[in-house]
Amino acid sequence: MTTPLVPPSKKDPQKRTQVPVLPPMTRSRAALGLGVMALQGRFGLQVCADCQALQYPPRDACVKCMSPDLSWQDVDPSGTVMAETTIRVSPEPYFRERMPWRMGAVHLHAGPSLNCHLHGEVGRGDKVRMALKLDRAGQGVLIALPLKGSDVMQDDPVLRAMSSDPKHRRILISDARSPMALALTQALLRAGAAHVFLGEPETWLSWPERAEFEGLDNVSILPLDVTDVSSVAKLAAEIGGKVDILINTASYARPGGILDTDTTFAGNSFEVNALGLMRLAQGFGPAMAGRVQDGINSAVAFVNILSVRALSSDANYGAFGASQAAARSISQSLRAEFCSSGLRMMNVYIGPVEGDAWFQPLPPPKVTPNAVARSVVGGLVDGLEEVTCGDIARDVYARWQTDPLLLEREMTGGGS
Amino acid sequence: MSDLIANVTDALMSGQARIVDLTHTLDPDFPVIILPPEFGQCARFRMEEVSAYDHRGPAWKWHKLTMNEHTGTHFDAPSHWVSGKDVPNGDVDEIDPSVFVGPVVVIDCSQGAAQDDDYELTPEVILAWEAEHGMIPADNWVLMRTDWSKRSGAEYLNMAEDGPHSPGPTPDAVRLLLERDIRGFGTETVGTDAGQGSHYVPPYPAHYLLHGAGKFGLQCLRSLDALPPTGALLIAPPLKIKGGTGSPLRVLALVTS
Repeated sequence: MTTPLVPPSKKDPQKRTQVPVLPPMTRSRAALGLGVMALQGRFGLQVCADCQALQYPPRDACVKCMSPDLSWQDVDPSGTVMAETTIRVSPEPYFRERMPWRMGAVHLHAGPSLNCHLHGEVGRGDKVRMALKLDRAGQGVLIALPLKGSDVMQDDPVLRAMSSDPKHRRILISDARSPMALALTQALLRAGAAHVFLGEPETWLSWPERAEFEGLDNVSILPLDVTDVSSVAKLAAEIGGKVDILINTASYARPGGILDTDTTFAGNSFEVNALGLMRLAQGFGPAMAGRVQDGINSAVAFVNILSVRALSSDANYGAFGASQAAARSISQSLRAEFCSSGLRMMNVYIGPVEGDAWFQPLPPPKVTPNAVARSVVGGLVDGLEEVTCGDIARDVYARWQTDPLLLEREMTGGGS
Repeated sequence: MSDLIANVTDALMSGQARIVDLTHTLDPDFPVIILPPEFGQCARFRMEEVSAYDHRGPAWKWHKLTMNEHTGTHFDAPSHWVSGKDVPNGDVDEIDPSVFVGPVVVIDCSQGAAQDDDYELTPEVILAWEAEHGMIPADNWVLMRTDWSKRSGAEYLNMAEDGPHSPGPTPDAVRLLLERDIRGFGTETVGTDAGQGSHYVPPYPAHYLLHGAGKFGLQCLRSLDALPPTGALLIAPPLKIKGGTGSPLRVLALVTS
């Protein structure tokens, strides 16, 4: 069974903070596909287009017929643990620090047998649910999970190291005035967050919704304006050493195409959506990256909430979409830059949010703040890098994955 | 003439006269006027390092600034308002620089403003001031002292669901000041008009009537309580911005000690 995590005691100031050590990172191009499935929370393997054989481990040609036509597909994750072993010695620093380590062989009911990590609640002979997860090096790895785990199965040390679970962690939400901020705060506290800090831009401007945060335990509102480098630096100096998860909710949206949007409004979009993300990353990122192995409440994830318009332009929100595309690009670069520390960069793609005045005349479906909160917390618990929330974001994301040029024609009405 | 200048210099050097700074510090957290969000907004003051004795410039420190012409303590030129768009020489770079230094009178409304956030400067208030201090001379700056500059945070704009609430002049008060042929009008609040000034006829009377008549505005002033009702000299030169409708500036007053 899993030993429940208890809230960590205060740090011993005489002990050096552990430096993040990562699992082995090198993969073949084919094996990188495991990570692509894992970062979306999908389980799947390569399937041969010619003979339909399931492939494991990932490879460049079919194990049965040598066809190079292999594609990643979702696969039934049920299986049975055939064997298990406990490793007590390893030359890899990451595993040396975590010995002993259990591994197993699982017969996937769909066909192949897989070598995988074992959750603490499964053993030989158990029926299991296979999952692909990102390890701290950002690589896709296999883990056998119990079909019905205990209430604290997320506290299993192997699984926790693959997740960005908010439990016992301290979270900074960058903009308390976001229509999503209250729902996010409540969802994070329900998920066991130790504390939620919220940034408040322009404290000289009153906003009635502020009162809704004031009665909440373990919630602090602090001045933070992502458009002001000195404001970001000041808050980072105050709480940067105890931000375990940063969720960027700051957003600036204005309707209008590129031809009819004033460049001042467009500039504001870039200042908040793109450069604001960059300022947050520069202010808080290095300290977070240094604390990825800092015990139960280690730094674990940087979350950016993006409009799905980041993927393909919508001429009704041209400048906004451009700033979102820039933000997505910054997010990708940060993902690469944080990779060596194990800090995870999670993008959450959303459609128009209910209650956001700048999308008020758009027809449904809109995504509710509670749905965004569920997606963010769910993505953190599952350790994902890419999350879609709501029908519009899910649909656009899927079409973009299938054929980005076709999506552009659909979004812009091009050619018609 | 050189004797006159020397007298002023001597007065300053000897402490018989002194400089009062009427300017707020340009600070990212200083409030700016808030308009309905679909309109263009007043850019907040922002400052980013270009270098700070480091790899970006080893021996020097300097910053890039961004702001609106109307951010912080600032000057309004006639061309700021639609009524003043055709005033000759109505941009900051065109204004005769001799008007940037001149006499100033201060009407103390601080008691009224302390009791009523929507305190109005009316013709009656001006006439009562004149009964005590004499008629406002032509070509003088007139400053409305409210001690509003001592407020900070959300209290400064004092925003409610029906808009901001802060003191300012009524249309008739502005018309009386124009009868006196003043040089310009200044306040301690975020604008020369009252917070609820959009509900007057004409809306924003200080902006509309003053700039239409080629007069100037100063707002976000502070330390007006350090000025005498009459007898001070105001020094308020805006930046020389081509086509500029206003400018952040340092506003100083020369007063007898």
